[in-house]
Amino acid sequence: MGAFHSVPTEDNLEDLAERTGFSLEQVKNLHRRFKYLSGGAETLRKENLESISDLAFNPIRKQIIQAFFDKRNFGQNGAGSVQEIGFEEFLIVLANFRPPAPRITEEERETIKREKLRFLFNMHDTDNDGTITLEEYRHVVEELLSSSGAIGKETAKAISDAAMLEVASVTVGQMRPDEFYEGITFEHFQQILKGLDIDSKMSIRFMNVNTSNMRCGK
Amino acid sequence: MVRVNKKVTSVLWLCVILSLRTLGSNGELVQPENPSAALTQRPLPPIDAVDDVPQAFPEEEKENLPVFTMDYPRIQVPFEITLWVLLASFSKIGFHVYHKITIWIPESCLLISIGLIVGAIMHSVHEEPPAVLESNVFFLYMLPPIVLESGYFMPTRPFFENAGTVLWYAVIGSLWNSIGIGLSLYGICQIEAFGVQDINLQENLLFASIISAVDPVAVLNVFEDISVNEQLFIVIFGEGLFNDAVTVVLYNMFTFVADMPVVDSVDVFLGVARFFVVGLGGIMFGFLFGLAAAFTTRFTSNVWQIEPLFVLMYSYLAYLVAELFGISSIMAIVMCALTMRYYVEANVCQRSCTTIRHVIKMLASISETLIFFFLGVVTITMEHEWNWGYILFTLVFAFIWRGLGILVLSQIINPFRTIPFNYKDQFGLAYGGLRGAICFALVFLLPENIGRRKLFLTDSIVVILFTVFIQGISIRPLVEYLVNIRRTHKMETINVEIHSRVMEHTIAGIEDLCGQWSHHYWKDKFKKFNDKIIRRILLRDNRAESSIVALYKRLELQNAIELLDAPLGDISAAPSVISLYEEKASQKASKKPKRKFLAADIQNMHDILSKNMYKIRQRTMAYTNKNTLGNNLQAREILIRRHSSVRRSIRPGSFRDPSMSKSQKYFSLPAGQSLERAFPVTALRNGDHETASEMGYPSTRPKLGPPHRYSSRGPMSRRLDTLREAAASDSSSRPSSVDFLNERGGSRPPSRSASRQGPAVQKAPVPTPRRRSTGGRHHSQDEEGPENEDGLELQPLAPPPGGREEPQDPFWGEVRNPLLRRHPSDPDNTRRF
Repeated sequence: MGAFHSVPTEDNLEDLAERTGFSLEQVKNLHRRFKYLSGGAETLRKENLESISDLAFNPIRKQIIQAFFDKRNFGQNGAGSVQEIGFEEFLIVLANFRPPAPRITEEERETIKREKLRFLFNMHDTDNDGTITLEEYRHVVEELLSSSGAIGKETAKAISDAAMLEVASVTVGQMRPDEFYEGITFEHFQQILKGLDIDSKMSIRFMNVNTSNMRCGK
Repeated sequence: MVRVNKKVTSVLWLCVILSLRTLGSNGELVQPENPSAALTQRPLPPIDAVDDVPQAFPEEEKENLPVFTMDYPRIQVPFEITLWVLLASFSKIGFHVYHKITIWIPESCLLISIGLIVGAIMHSVHEEPPAVLESNVFFLYMLPPIVLESGYFMPTRPFFENAGTVLWYAVIGSLWNSIGIGLSLYGICQIEAFGVQDINLQENLLFASIISAVDPVAVLNVFEDISVNEQLFIVIFGEGLFNDAVTVVLYNMFTFVADMPVVDSVDVFLGVARFFVVGLGGIMFGFLFGLAAAFTTRFTSNVWQIEPLFVLMYSYLAYLVAELFGISSIMAIVMCALTMRYYVEANVCQRSCTTIRHVIKMLASISETLIFFFLGVVTITMEHEWNWGYILFTLVFAFIWRGLGILVLSQIINPFRTIPFNYKDQFGLAYGGLRGAICFALVFLLPENIGRRKLFLTDSIVVILFTVFIQGISIRPLVEYLVNIRRTHKMETINVEIHSRVMEHTIAGIEDLCGQWSHHYWKDKFKKFNDKIIRRILLRDNRAESSIVALYKRLELQNAIELLDAPLGDISAAPSVISLYEEKASQKASKKPKRKFLAADIQNMHDILSKNMYKIRQRTMAYTNKNTLGNNLQAREILIRRHSSVRRSIRPGSFRDPSMSKSQKYFSLPAGQSLERAFPVTALRNGDHETASEMGYPSTRPKLGPPHRYSSRGPMSRRLDTLREAAASDSSSRPSSVDFLNERGGSRPPSRSASRQGPAVQKAPVPTPRRRSTGGRHHSQDEEGPENEDGLELQPLAPPPGGREEPQDPFWGEVRNPLLRRHPSDPDNTRRF
């Protein structure tokens, strides 16, 4: 973690580009952004991300930021969270949002889809027990609805409860009276979202040019 | 089926002709000074008519007060229009009697075929086709509904996500096609052998602009069914829409230019400038009128009877004003619909919302049907000018330029897209370029001073027929073969909604985070602006409502309505609503009919109904009272009630009470299938089915259920009674379920008899033991009591409608609902009685 502390050379960047699938231009571009966010430091801390003004209105910004510090998203089989990340981790997390290449096999597409879904799943499954429990789900829905103000916590709970029941009914089918649906596993998660175009919905077009000067409101 | 259609149509048509003829000749008699000139009929020998009706018009008593008169010319125009519309509508019914026809053959093909048949009949009796299609009629009355519908039901979200691409294909693609085809045809005209040297460049361009208008309806139907990806769908949709606008602008320009003997370079420049003025002006007008409409509906809550009118009138006004100033009226009406829709639907009550949607759909459907219908008629009845060379080359060029255009434009746009179009998508886009109603109407309206008007007319009819028939029929197998997408049905579940929302926020957040910006960025900004300012001005109740909550409420309501309706459903709707999950099972199951109502099921239904129908009952009552509704209160109530019940059932402990958990689960678990099935059937009734109409734009149109299903919002008490009736009659015909009914009747005889007599019916379904067992619900039921009785007093019990004895099997049958299935075997079952 945080292995990439030295000033990146061209070689390093190319190496990173190869590993993450970004183009060299994109990597350079993202590196500039990384430097900007971290205030020139080699590592990025949560506070850096929390201070992004554009992010302030995002209802699930906590989850998003947390995702960057979540070991599960770094590609290795780690778990738990870290305090600061280097550029490499930053890039690896962002690589989850690369759009799929135009010509890939069906299997590759499925893999990409699964990775994107996994990222989403990890965002919800905060305690890393492999399931999204009702509590976790409620939390997400509450956060989602928090931006619209007028809706009370009760409604959010009702909705997440209904959603949970829905998952249970779709995935498990009928349950015996004494059964209890513990939470959404990743398989169930895949199942309920299989109608969605995950690969297009979870993709960002990373610019090849430097856009940091073109921002408005910055 | 086709045979039946033909028969029906020809019989109908004969009736029409006969009646017109009789009436027409009578009209002559009444007003001899106004001979049959106005009539479409060939004048008949007057002897017939006199012989036919000698009594009705006793000429010698003319000075007296006539006992019976007939004045056909007075009603002629509306009368004939009505008959045409009816005829077209009847043929539409015909197609959907056997719905598989419309899967393999697009509806437009069928309509044209019917038109051809009618045309042939008219031709054989030397009838003139009706002069309904003339420039003003078309542009002022037929076109607006079609584009209004497209604009109003435009899937907003995907559209704005792909707005650039859509406009790129629509605007540049149209120009590309028009200019490409026009120039190529001009080249053909230079070849002496074809004998068409007299067509000059302007006329060629004019014709090319007409022929490049694509009509997406047929393609959209196909794409919807085989679920191509969303982007392809929206691009076809948007292209068809904006393409019309571009085409009409080009058309107007070129008709103007075609008159000019010489075209200066200045004129070309002015033409380009005008193009932008017209387009952007239309957008601006539409936007303004849309805002005005939205603002108006803020104050219409007390006059909800005419709420839908505001929407329609504002859109039409936008159209007319744009027409007045000669700017793009299509853009105006589309923009108006797009702008107002969101705010209007938040403002008006749900019933108005439903009405608006239905009326818009209906008008558009009729317009389009008529145009296709006339296309068929005109094809037969008009004189054609046939020129092999010109017509064949038009076909070839239309095909080639479309293909080339898509290929080239896609290569240019692809680097700017997150998900580029691959070759299969591009093939779908190119092959989906069917020509349709707009194209025909435009060419039909060509001014008479175009020398080769007839050739153009023939030519475009050939192109339309070719694309509609050949491409329209072959596109489904082709795309299916190419795209090889498994048929996944679009699921509308809360989870999907929640996670789509999560994904959007995530993407927006990540983009913010890494300093990229795209439409998510602008969407975020717009949303903030919208929430802060626009909503406050335009909405009556400006509390922001998340789409998740909206969907949740909608699903609740759907579930409820479904429960009310399910046993009365029509069998024909069943196959289309079978869910993804139950499909395989039901295919086997539906073959062996098992119609029986289990006592427990009925109990369940009553239970659910009595608890959850609050909102609907309220509405019914309000309707009778002509009161306005406080929608929010009731919606809230459902939410709260539901919330408590769901929470109870999800707790592990609560599952110990089987009766409890089951009934809760039954209602609360849409289980995929109930949501799914709600889509085609309930959506039309339900009204505020946003997504359904968004993506389901084409499919909802043909799938209108039989009319009697619209009465489904009838009073609750009657429904309950019908349920019982259904069950009772069912039990008499099928002994298998008698046991259960008896068992139930035995355990609770009073409720059963009471249910027939009135007020007690509402109480009956609520099982008393359960009420006690769930203390928390006491409250809400007490609250509900007076409501029930009110509803009952206002709505006298009607006898169950006849012909509905057959309960809807798919929903209540054993197989489809795993929760219901379990009841008979459940040892605790009797506890509830």
